[in-house]
Amino acid sequence: MDQLLQHLVNTVIMGGTYALLGIGLTLIFGIMRIVNFTHGELYAFGAYMMYFFATIIGMNFFVSIAFAIAAGMVLGAIIEFTLLRPKRGADIDTTMLIMIGAWIVMQNLEHLSWGGIAKSISSPLPEAPLVIGPVSVSWLRVMVLVIALVLIAATYVVINRTKLGKAMRATFQDSNTAALMGININAIYTMTFGFGSALAAAAGALLGPVFVVTPTMGDLASLKAFAIVILGGLGNVTGAAIGGFILAFAEEIGAGYISSGYRDAMGFVIIIIVLLFKPTGLFARAERVG
Amino acid sequence: MKQVFPLIALAFFATVPLWLQDQYYLHTLVVAGIFMLAAMSLNLLLGYTGQLSLGHVAFFGIGAYVSALTSLGFSLSIFGVQITHEPWPPFIGLILGALAAGLCGYLIGKLAFRVRGAYFVIVTISFAEVVRLVSLNWVELTNGPLALPGIPPLTLGFDWTGYVTLWGKAQNYYLVLVFIALAYVLIKRLVQSPYGRAMIALRENETLAVSVGISVTKYLVLAAIFSGALAGLAGGLYAHYIQIIDPMIFMFLNTVTMVIMVITGGKGTLAGPIVGGLIFGLAPVVLRNYVGPEVQWILYGVLMILIVFVLPEGIVPAIERWFNRKAKPGRKDGSAAGGKAADRETGQGGSTLALASSGKVNS
Amino acid sequence: MNAQTQTSAPILAVEHVAVHFGGLVAISDMSFEVHEGELVSLIGPNGAGKTTAFNVITGFQRPTKGHVSFQGTSLDGLKPHEVTGLGLVRTFQRTSVFEKITVFENVLIGLHRRTAPSLLGTFLGLPGERRAEAELREQAWEILRLVGIEHEADELGGSLPYGDQRLLGVALALAADPRALLLDEPVSGMNASETGRFIDLLNRLRAKGTTILLVEHDMPMVMKISDRIVVLNYGRIIANGTPSEIQNDPEVIAAYLGGGVKNA
Repeated sequence: MDQLLQHLVNTVIMGGTYALLGIGLTLIFGIMRIVNFTHGELYAFGAYMMYFFATIIGMNFFVSIAFAIAAGMVLGAIIEFTLLRPKRGADIDTTMLIMIGAWIVMQNLEHLSWGGIAKSISSPLPEAPLVIGPVSVSWLRVMVLVIALVLIAATYVVINRTKLGKAMRATFQDSNTAALMGININAIYTMTFGFGSALAAAAGALLGPVFVVTPTMGDLASLKAFAIVILGGLGNVTGAAIGGFILAFAEEIGAGYISSGYRDAMGFVIIIIVLLFKPTGLFARAERVG
Repeated sequence: MKQVFPLIALAFFATVPLWLQDQYYLHTLVVAGIFMLAAMSLNLLLGYTGQLSLGHVAFFGIGAYVSALTSLGFSLSIFGVQITHEPWPPFIGLILGALAAGLCGYLIGKLAFRVRGAYFVIVTISFAEVVRLVSLNWVELTNGPLALPGIPPLTLGFDWTGYVTLWGKAQNYYLVLVFIALAYVLIKRLVQSPYGRAMIALRENETLAVSVGISVTKYLVLAAIFSGALAGLAGGLYAHYIQIIDPMIFMFLNTVTMVIMVITGGKGTLAGPIVGGLIFGLAPVVLRNYVGPEVQWILYGVLMILIVFVLPEGIVPAIERWFNRKAKPGRKDGSAAGGKAADRETGQGGSTLALASSGKVNS
Repeated sequence: MNAQTQTSAPILAVEHVAVHFGGLVAISDMSFEVHEGELVSLIGPNGAGKTTAFNVITGFQRPTKGHVSFQGTSLDGLKPHEVTGLGLVRTFQRTSVFEKITVFENVLIGLHRRTAPSLLGTFLGLPGERRAEAELREQAWEILRLVGIEHEADELGGSLPYGDQRLLGVALALAADPRALLLDEPVSGMNASETGRFIDLLNRLRAKGTTILLVEHDMPMVMKISDRIVVLNYGRIIANGTPSEIQNDPEVIAAYLGGGVKNA
């Protein structure tokens, strides 16, 4: 029982960052119809930026997080502007191939610029864990959860309460109509990709200090993000948020009760099961994928 | 001209071991040939049915592991039941590996073709990742990250002919060459038959294809089975040639290599994966003198993007179009159906046949 | 509604079909029959539910309620290719041809239903398969000549003039060996002479005994060639009768004047 409680706490903590990762990917897919294979690399990029600002430059830990997120946003916008904008309207396979190419380039650039050795980022938070009854959790992880929740809430505000969010939602519904209504679709796409990338970078910046930073960390992140997004239904933001927590839970249970080696397999098992029984995701409305 | 070109190419490649003595180059060609086979199998799905399968390495790896384990033997217990398998001849392993991969193609096809587009891509990637993680964690069977060493090379022959074990590079080179030639002929026959037309129809316009009575599931699953089996065969050849395999064989980058071969050469063309396979099979030989593996991958990635931007159909259709334009000035259309030019010629041949017969309407 | 003019068993029967998209009712309650050898037109203002009716009949859209049967066989739950397999073949308003494939190969694809290749024979390149392939090519030429686009056999489907693309769409459907043919606005976008040629084609098909269900806006053509006309408005049938009965039906006249449809 105590063990289960510990698993649940771990679930909530990992779930927050997973949700960030998933929301970023699902936004990009929902609005732009692009399967973003660079998502995991933006996650890794966020982690490396965190390492750069916090460890190499030695900036304040929290300011570094903000900077890493901003860097992710800028990089995402650049990718959109250079690689995707010229191919607007191309079929989904074409953009997928472009994104796969970009992903390979990014990962190997990371390898080239930072080396293959894992980097660790130290945090200013107390080493001693927070202990509540039978459950113990490090302060760092608590902070990660809090920031992730704040960012998720901020995403909701942006999507539901701002003019940008309104334009994004209109584009999501029907990009042609949105364009007729005077929405600058190109700008929306660039901002969406930047925004989604910022969320991925945020997840990387938050988890970087918890684990270590390696050039290939993005691969699993991408695949997990796909799992989360499929779980929630492609393009469904709330679904992705919930999906993040479900994946975290499945991983905890898989690692805790089956074998720790299969922790990372849970996401794929989920993908396959969901697609077998409910291909549109657990929380999907009608899906427009052709 | 078009008909004899593959034969000229085959004849040329058959002479290579006669004048190429460098064992390293020969080795590179064997590995390139094996990946070429895998790329040809991927082309069937990606090029002819239009389904972007990004888990293709799973079929390759399954073929490799099944073939390796069949010829090495294994002993494991499942739920307390002890299963022991004595080593079998490698050639049987090769066949079982192809069959196992074909079966996986069937299952994945059945599952994944219910969903399309982005979903299909993600299902196939997930499948490959699950297989990779199983190979990594099922240590009792696969030895996990410690790899399966000592896989015997293929032995060919019968009791009445005597046996030959393929230890040498040149022997394996010819073996792979034979399989490529065989695969080429089978794929050619398949894609130029009603089966292939159904696959192409589904790629070009699924709604319309269905309306003339083409079953989506039947033809896509068929393509997946054949594609999986061929990739599994390539994996088996790889295992017996390299003689050691580990879970790294399931690396996503291996799938990416196959995809790059297909799209660079020209998806949906018979020669595309062969041309692409040669380019990317031999590129490391050229590049390794100048740059490290990371830069090499960066170049691959950049090239992949460039191809999509500059030459989306790939090299072979571009050459074909250039050739056609030279041969028949005034024709403006390119063969977008790729590799169908030969078919079209036959179509014209049929015209004289049909015109000679009565113009009666069939019922 | 008018009584059926024929008494034989219908080849196609649509019974109380309803289609709802969420809260939107595309078809509220539709029943009609088509008899062997008949040419029936389904008309109505834009948005009346004609194309939806086609989609339901051919299995592309599940009805919310009701049934469709063809030659006495229920089509409930059949997939589109299975419906085609029974000999009920349709054309489309928009996606009518394989654009990047030659006209000849388009028709070869259409002939799919008439092929029964063996996989092994294909791989081995057996003479039987080659003979079957040669026969298929001959059939393709016959169909091209029937619709009159044989001179364009070597062009890409998408490069044909619009009218010929529509003809190729019909050729594809004909290749699938239809007992009954469902044509969705086949002459839209055709000029008068092309339409004239198309009417000739329809007459030739009818002479062969093909049953035809037509959705069309071109009223002069509909009035000229139909045995019977079914009028849809707002998802329900408001009239069903011969062209002259339809022309004098007050409800039809009101629907069309209100709907403002061209050529009415």
